[in-house]
Amino acid sequence: MHAFIDVQNAEMVFTTRKGSFHALRDIHLTVAPGEFVTLIGHSGCGKSTLLNLIAGLLTPTSGVLLCDNREIAAPGPERAVVFQNHSLLPWLTCFDNVHLAVERVFAATESKAQLRDRTKAALELVGMGHALPKRPHEISGGMKQRVGIARALAMEPKVLLMDEPFGALDALTRAHLQDELLKIVARTKSTVVMVTHDVDEAVLLSDRIVMMTNGPAATIGEILPVTLPRPRGRVALAEDPTYVHLRKSVIDFLYTRHAHREAVAA
Amino acid sequence: MVSAVFHSPLEASASSPKTAAASARGVALPKPAVAAASEASKPSQRLPFDWRALWLTVLPPVIGLALLVGVWQLLTLKGGSFPTPGQTFDAAVKLFADPFYRKGPNDQGIGWNILSSLQRVGVGFGLAALVGIPMGFMLGRFEFLNRMVSPLVSLLRPVSPLAWLPIGLLVFKSANPAAIWTIFICSIWPMIINTAVGVQRVPVDYLNVARVLNLSEWKVMTRILFPAVLPYMLTGVRLSVGTAWLVIVAAEMLTGGVGIGFWVWDEWNNLNVQHILIAIFVIGIVGLLLEQLLMAIARRFSFDD
Repeated sequence: MHAFIDVQNAEMVFTTRKGSFHALRDIHLTVAPGEFVTLIGHSGCGKSTLLNLIAGLLTPTSGVLLCDNREIAAPGPERAVVFQNHSLLPWLTCFDNVHLAVERVFAATESKAQLRDRTKAALELVGMGHALPKRPHEISGGMKQRVGIARALAMEPKVLLMDEPFGALDALTRAHLQDELLKIVARTKSTVVMVTHDVDEAVLLSDRIVMMTNGPAATIGEILPVTLPRPRGRVALAEDPTYVHLRKSVIDFLYTRHAHREAVAA
Repeated sequence: MVSAVFHSPLEASASSPKTAAASARGVALPKPAVAAASEASKPSQRLPFDWRALWLTVLPPVIGLALLVGVWQLLTLKGGSFPTPGQTFDAAVKLFADPFYRKGPNDQGIGWNILSSLQRVGVGFGLAALVGIPMGFMLGRFEFLNRMVSPLVSLLRPVSPLAWLPIGLLVFKSANPAAIWTIFICSIWPMIINTAVGVQRVPVDYLNVARVLNLSEWKVMTRILFPAVLPYMLTGVRLSVGTAWLVIVAAEMLTGGVGIGFWVWDEWNNLNVQHILIAIFVIGIVGLLLEQLLMAIARRFSFDD
């Protein structure tokens, strides 16, 4: 299978004022086109670090990361990031926030009207077509995250990188956005790498779940393929034996075999 | 680097009446509700006018002012060289009856004096903004430059602006540019420091957005850095204008010419104490107006998120 993202033996050591911190070691991971991969692990296990490496926001201490057979040296619009706290610019409207991204990617090849249409289409895709002239502080947290997703999708990235995109939302909004994301990904056939700490979210959305061991010097503990057929419905899956089994495997990994040290100590 | 000052004591005192009014409204609200419940039989639908809020907003400042004038009146009852409030008021009425007269270079109306002081402040402050704001941006953006210039700023900032006046006189050989130079040097520091701190405090998330979108340096500047720094910058501008207005009076006393500071000194030489008192009030009111104007601008450009 053609590897779209290829992480080869990546290692990450942060040098801070207090000394160095060994975050990641021996990371080998490939992601195929159109695949939905989630990274799961306890907090501090370096899953966000791995995502930032793929995004190009960090450079690995050693090892190589490839995207479409080219080395990842810097962030680029082909690897769009949805940030945990939406990161919309508060002085721009929803439309302008998305348009900023669209402009950057397509301004060289398309007319202004086409750019506007793209921006509108992206916002409509996430159900935010009604909020074009609104500023981020005028909409709810879930809506902001939708706009954040729209901004990423509007760039037509080769891969969508999501860093706990629904972490800050309440359970109902989160479930709703997960369903929306499933539909959007099915429609756009995007490749997605998503960081999460929510077991249900991981099983519901992914094709493969990458489970990470605890830090420092965290690495990939196990990769669990999720064989559930798509489209997936959360209600039907709740009693599905495969789903229950997969969910149990992830929980088993996280809480029995790699329990968080603080949790063990308590 | 010295941290930015966001709320000068002036601002705090200026905004306190409003917050007091707001809390008063909060307290006052339940009362009419109870009254309405007890008088439910009477179909009076009109909301009672909120007298308490009005009391708390208007009354304290009025009492404060009255107290000041009262004490002043008491202290001047026995006579002496210090004028009474009444005499000062009469002098003010006469003075403001014709604020824009010209009788030679050293005898002009108070309006001209205020305007020429404002003009000096405007020019000096404008030049300081032209230099200070871009410099603040550079210091915030480039660590090396920051470490290079920060010690110099720390060294020069506490120097009284008037100490720079002789340098100005030496270089420019003329009083007016020297006064402007003094304003320039005293109002540049808050702008440099606040802008630099603002640039350093731009949230990492926004810069990451810029990196992921691969925005051009121009777009980063106009769409991310400038709007993010603007509130900090405006705080610097406000502090600068405040300082400039403080300094202009002293600078003009030394340089002469036309201006409110020179006017105060001139009236002292004439032993016209009423006019000195009027000048003190005028300087205070103009300073207050400048402050309020810049605060209104800052409110317009602050982004709550």
